[in-house]
Amino acid sequence: MRISVDIEKGLQSGDRAFRLRVAFSSGGESTVIFGPSGSGKTLTIQAIAGLVRPDAGRIVLGEGTLFDSVAGIDLPVRKRGVGFLFQDYALFPHLTVAQNIAYPLTRFWEWRIPDRVRLEVEEIMDAFEILGLAACLPRELSGGQRQRVALARALVRRPTVLLLDEPFSALDTPLRARMREELLALRRRFRVQLVMITHDPADVEVFGETLVYIEEGAVRNVVRRRADVKNRSKDPAEKARSAALLQFSSPCGVR
Amino acid sequence: MSLSPSDLAPLLLTLRVAGVATLFSLLIGTGLGFLTARSRFPGRDVLDGILALPLVMPPTVLGYYLIVLWGRNGWFGGWLHEHFGISLMFTWEGAVLAATAVSFPLVYKSARAAFEGVDGNLEKAARTLGDREIAVFIRVSLPLASRGIFAGAMLAFARAMGDFGTTLMVAGNIPGRTQTAALAVFDAVQAGKDGLANALVLVMSAVCVAVLVTTGRLTERRRT
Repeated sequence: MRISVDIEKGLQSGDRAFRLRVAFSSGGESTVIFGPSGSGKTLTIQAIAGLVRPDAGRIVLGEGTLFDSVAGIDLPVRKRGVGFLFQDYALFPHLTVAQNIAYPLTRFWEWRIPDRVRLEVEEIMDAFEILGLAACLPRELSGGQRQRVALARALVRRPTVLLLDEPFSALDTPLRARMREELLALRRRFRVQLVMITHDPADVEVFGETLVYIEEGAVRNVVRRRADVKNRSKDPAEKARSAALLQFSSPCGVR
Repeated sequence: MSLSPSDLAPLLLTLRVAGVATLFSLLIGTGLGFLTARSRFPGRDVLDGILALPLVMPPTVLGYYLIVLWGRNGWFGGWLHEHFGISLMFTWEGAVLAATAVSFPLVYKSARAAFEGVDGNLEKAARTLGDREIAVFIRVSLPLASRGIFAGAMLAFARAMGDFGTTLMVAGNIPGRTQTAALAVFDAVQAGKDGLANALVLVMSAVCVAVLVTTGRLTERRRT
């Protein structure tokens, strides 16, 4: 699905003014928005999600217009059909893993996970190998586990596009490689298009089918590559090592 | 040192007045706390100052304001009297009004701080997961701020229980009808009934200590 962004946004904090003015279009399976910190990446991705309202411009996803300042269109976040993975994962600290994942399927007056969604939640937890963590609170999880929970929660409503804000920056280096592989597998399994922002060149290497380079609030370059990410060779030893990192040492509740 | 049923009346009335006033304070304080914590509008800082006024104003002055606003000829009071034939002055409901006015700033202050302490990313996450604003508030903001709000409500309850000046101005000191414990202590001392005064003071002190200990525990656990 083609995603077209052409937006402007001015920010004023104290005596520092920042002007974002980005325009790009990408039809690829995965898009990486790459740039140094403070370049306006997060603002861009949050504008696509609808969390930030641009001053002017258009955001179009496939056939649907998400935002158009001229036509007065500004779809609310919940109607945009996009998932969002926050940099710090933003898991709800007062809810268990199962409740976090069931969150998008639960109405706000339902205090417990309703029976109609229980099966669905269990299926996706199984797919992410986190069934054993169902009763844990987020603070009891490791970084990799948190990311899996956040991904499961973002994907449970089957969005067409998953937006990822620096998805691997909170992880240790060995774990990053492993989670990148997992994300690639996920993309195929859930047929979800990825739009990721990062300042890590390694992410560009793996996900940068379309690469949008942003600097100082403006797009400097857009590069399209023949993506050959599907058949990358994997070092078995490296794979085993990173898999071991994800084994949870103590299932919570037994603390 | 024993209490007869008529001696107990002020205590029961105090609990009822403070309880109802705390409920009102919870609603008003939580609503205003969320508003000032999460939205920006011109005059927000002025509003914040006005809402804190009851904490620093002399209670009698606050009571006078309440009479002006809610008395039979007041802005709200006049409307109430005209349409429903209700007057709050010199009734136990008037005591609730006074107790609410003195106690809601405590809920407001702690609610605002609690809402400001909720990570904005969590509210954004709720939106990306399909929530409307009302659902974000009920499912994320409110539960995460609830400990702070509850601590504020406990303080508000204690403050509402102990009010003297504002209650006296608005509801008077009618034994059996609007005489709360704080007023009864004053009367007992004036009349030289030391035994009654001692008993009332003891009960009031015990309740206040219990409230403060609970509040302390709540805020302490939040820090860890």
